[in-house]
Amino acid sequence: MNRPRGMPVLRSRVLTSIRRHVPFAAVAVVALVAAPLLLEPFRLGLLAKYLCYAIVALGIGLAWGKGGMLTLGQGVFFGLGGYSMAMYLKLTEAEGGLPDFMGWSGVEELPALWAPFANPVFALGMAVLGPVLLAVVLGTLVFRQRVRGAYFAILTQALAAAMVILLVGQQGLTGGTNGMTNFFELFGQDLADDSTQRGLYLVVASVLGLLYLGTRQLVESRYGRLLVAVRDGEDRVRFLGYDPALVKTVTFALSAGMAGLAGALFVPVVGIISPALLGIVPSLELVVAVAVGGRHALAGAVLGAVVMGYAKTAFSEQFADGWLYLQGALFILVMTLAPKGIAGLVGRLRNARAA
Amino acid sequence: MLELRDVTVEFDGFRALDGVDLTVPEGELRFLIGPNGAGKTTLIDVITGLTRPAAGSVRFGGHDLVGRKEHQIVRLGVGRTFQTSVVFEELTVIENLDLAAGFRSPLWSLARRRKGVSEAVAEALARTGLEELAERSAGVLSHGQRQWLEIGMLLAQRPRLLLLDEPVAGMSKDERARTGELLTEIARDHTVVVVEHDMEFLRRHASTVTVLHEGKVLVEGSVEQVGADPRVQEVYLGRRKAEDVVGNRP
Repeated sequence: MNRPRGMPVLRSRVLTSIRRHVPFAAVAVVALVAAPLLLEPFRLGLLAKYLCYAIVALGIGLAWGKGGMLTLGQGVFFGLGGYSMAMYLKLTEAEGGLPDFMGWSGVEELPALWAPFANPVFALGMAVLGPVLLAVVLGTLVFRQRVRGAYFAILTQALAAAMVILLVGQQGLTGGTNGMTNFFELFGQDLADDSTQRGLYLVVASVLGLLYLGTRQLVESRYGRLLVAVRDGEDRVRFLGYDPALVKTVTFALSAGMAGLAGALFVPVVGIISPALLGIVPSLELVVAVAVGGRHALAGAVLGAVVMGYAKTAFSEQFADGWLYLQGALFILVMTLAPKGIAGLVGRLRNARAA
Repeated sequence: MLELRDVTVEFDGFRALDGVDLTVPEGELRFLIGPNGAGKTTLIDVITGLTRPAAGSVRFGGHDLVGRKEHQIVRLGVGRTFQTSVVFEELTVIENLDLAAGFRSPLWSLARRRKGVSEAVAEALARTGLEELAERSAGVLSHGQRQWLEIGMLLAQRPRLLLLDEPVAGMSKDERARTGELLTEIARDHTVVVVEHDMEFLRRHASTVTVLHEGKVLVEGSVEQVGADPRVQEVYLGRRKAEDVVGNRP
C-alpha cells in the first residue's frame, strides 16, 4: 500500500513541508534579527533568561506532555548544569587561586571535585552529561519498579528539596545559600559588555531553536508515537514487546540534558546561580508555565515559559508580592477552562476557522 | 509448542489455578471455557508473564517462560489481547499497527519518521479489513473495530502463538460473525488460544475445547466430547443439559 510517487505528490509534500516550517521560520527571524535590534540591552538580557527557562520547558513538554512523566524536579538538572558552568567561570576568574567564596568559608586548598572544571570542555560536557547520567540512574531505578504518576512526581520533587539541602550544607564547595556570583568574563569576553550579552542571547536563542527542531522531529517520529503510547497505556505497550522503562528513561534523560544545558547558559546570562534558583518553587513554576502554554504542544511549552517569565517580571515590577497569587490563579483558570493551555486555544481557533 | 505443567497460582490464599496441565500443539485453535472465576484469564496472565505462578512450569517452543518479563515473552512470539481492548486513541489505525510491528527494531532506529507502510502492517490491515480507516485516529473506532485493530496489531507482530481473551464480548451479531471469519482465517497459519464465554460462537468455530473449573482442568476434547461429558453438565452448566449449550445443534 505504498503511496504512489509522482510529481503532484512530491509537490504537495514540499508545500506541506514549507507550510509546516513557516511559523517556526517567522519566530526565528523575530528572535534572531528583530529582538536584538529593537530591545534595549536590559530587556534583551531578560529575554535571554526566559529563553533559558524555555529550554527547560521544552524538556518538560517532552517528558510530561508527550511521555506523561510529571517531573517536578527539573531544577535539579538545571542546577547541575548551572553549577558546572559557574565552577568553570569561578576558576578562570581566580586564575589558579581559590574562588572568592572559598576563602570566606575557610577553605584553603582547591577541592579535588573542582579541579577538572577549570577545563571549559569538561565543564560544558558535565553540564549536560551530569544531568543525563543522574536521570538515567534515577529512571532505571524508578521506572523498572513501575513507579509512576503522582509517586514519580513526588519523588522528583523530593530530589529538588534534597539538592537544595545538599548545596546549602556544603558551603565551602558550593557557596551555600548565596550560591556563586561575580562572574566577569567568559572565554575572554567581558560579561558586562553589551555585545557579549547580545552574543549570549543569540547563542541561547539558537540553541533553543535547534533543540526545538530536534525535539519536534523526535516527537513526530515512530519513537514519539511509542512515547505517546507509553503515556496512554504503559501496560499495553509492554505486551507489544517494548520495555516502557527504557523508553521513559531515555526520554527523561533527554529532558534532563536539556535542563542542564539551559542551566549552563543561564549562568553567564544572568550572572548568578544559587539554590533559590533551582529548588522546588522554580521547578514548579516551570511546570505551571508549561501547563499554561499547553503541555501537549512543544511550542506551547516554550511559549508558556516565555510568557510566564515576562508576566512575572512585569507584574513584580508593579506589585512585588502579588505575582504568586496571580500565578496560582492563572494556573487554576487554565486547568479548569482550558486544560490544553494557550496552545489548545490556538488550535481550537484554527479548527474553528477551518470549519 | 505451549506446555503448562502443574501450574498453581495463589492470590492471598485463594487458589486461582490449581495444578493445571495444558498442552497446545502447533497450529491448533484451542478454546478455553469455564464459569466465572474458573481461572481462564489467570491462565493467560501466567503464560504472558503478568502473573507469576507459585509452582509449575510454562514452556513455549523450548523456552521456559516463568520469571521472564512481559516484553521478553512477547519477543519470543507470544501475543495477547485483553478483555477490554486497549488501542492508542491518539494515534491513527496505521500508527497503532506500525507501533506493534516495530517492536523488534532497536529503540534508536525508531527516531525517524514512518515512511510508507511495511509489509506486515499492510497485511494486518487487509486481514482485519481496516484499510479504509487506516488514517483515522483509533479514538473514533467502534468497539468491534477496536477489537479487530487489536487482533491486527497482534498479527502485525507475526507471533507464533496468539492468546485472545474474549474477543467477541460486547459485539453485535454482525461483528461476531466477522470476528469468527477472522479467527478461522488466522487459525489457518497460527496457533491460537481463545478464551470465550459466548457459546454460540464456540459451537460455530471451536474444534478443541478445554474446560476449566475452580482452577483445574475439568475436561479436554472436541466440542462433541465436552458437550456430552456429565461433569461439564454438572459443574459448568448447572441443571441444564450440556447439549443445550455446547452440544451440536440439531
